[in-house]
Amino acid sequence: MSSELSGLTLMALLLAVSLLAHEPWRWVGMFLGRNLDMNGELFGWVKSVSTALVAALVMRLMVFPAGALAGVSLYLRVAAMLVGLAVFLFAGRRISTGVGAAALCLVAGQLLTG
Amino acid sequence: MVLDDDQLPPQPEPEDGFWRQATSAGALWRGLKVSLTTPGIILFASAAGFGALARDAGFSLWNSLFMMGIFFALPGQVVMIDQMARGASIMASALAVSLTGLRLLPMSVALMPYLRGPKVTRFQYVIAAHFIAVTAWMEGWRRLPEVPVALRMVHFIGIGSGFVAMTLLGTVFGYAVAGSVSKVLEAVLLFLTPIYFLLSLIATSARLPDTLAIAFGAILGVPLYLWAPGFDLLLAGVLGGTLAHFAAKVRAPS
Repeated sequence: MSSELSGLTLMALLLAVSLLAHEPWRWVGMFLGRNLDMNGELFGWVKSVSTALVAALVMRLMVFPAGALAGVSLYLRVAAMLVGLAVFLFAGRRISTGVGAAALCLVAGQLLTG
Repeated sequence: MVLDDDQLPPQPEPEDGFWRQATSAGALWRGLKVSLTTPGIILFASAAGFGALARDAGFSLWNSLFMMGIFFALPGQVVMIDQMARGASIMASALAVSLTGLRLLPMSVALMPYLRGPKVTRFQYVIAAHFIAVTAWMEGWRRLPEVPVALRMVHFIGIGSGFVAMTLLGTVFGYAVAGSVSKVLEAVLLFLTPIYFLLSLIATSARLPDTLAIAFGAILGVPLYLWAPGFDLLLAGVLGGTLAHFAAKVRAPS
């Protein structure tokens, strides 16, 4: 489909899909949250739902990755994630350190096994 | 050049004097600078992955940039490209994209109490809404509680604008180097996003229900993806979050 469309037509299509099918969820969310009490029961529940949703997304990206990451074995992906998690938890809870350690582990593992 | 402030706890920091005398411009600028910390770098890397993908799919650079800016949510963009590559109809594409966007609804609800204020304009709400995707949502959540209420919206708009700028730069970079980067590096770029999401979640989880929600969401994620792809994230969120919410109550009755 993309090859058949000229640049401007495609741009108009992207704009339409974005504004009609994607962006409204953000508006609806903000509208629903406009009177939400930050110390209330409902807010705590919504926060838990968002947290669980992102955790599920993490697992999906990790277990069913796209592109080049799919070429890396599941064991190595999980091992690198656990290393990153351990470094984060036991070396000062710094996100940058944990992400760096996980990335290094993934590089090293690929070079050693590939 | 990673600024070293990502160890900020989710609680307000009484030691940080900056916010006591901050102006609107200062709050905006400080928000923009967040794009130079870890999440900004990771957004750059994941946008580079998107730029490469868009080029492979035959998109022009301008349309790739336009798509990055107008959606500002990678899952939706990837699904859109995938649908078009398969020759799906516009309605089917829009529906698939819409399903990926549904996850932004609970995030927007949860962030709204930090953003609203008496002087916030409708235009600012619409702009702020556009920045809500996992990364900006998490950084907002982590940083806004320590910001004075009157400056939160401006600060968040700073964070979001900086992030958009990083993703546009990343898209250009990925588009330019597509196909010429080693597979090892490409895999690492794709790996940064999930590990950053995971560590940020843990860093921001101060209460028992948050910790339980991470665990339940993670456990439910894979089976639900196999069982109901498309609805998996929302189901995992609602089921895992509800379970966590009530399990924490049973554990610690108030």
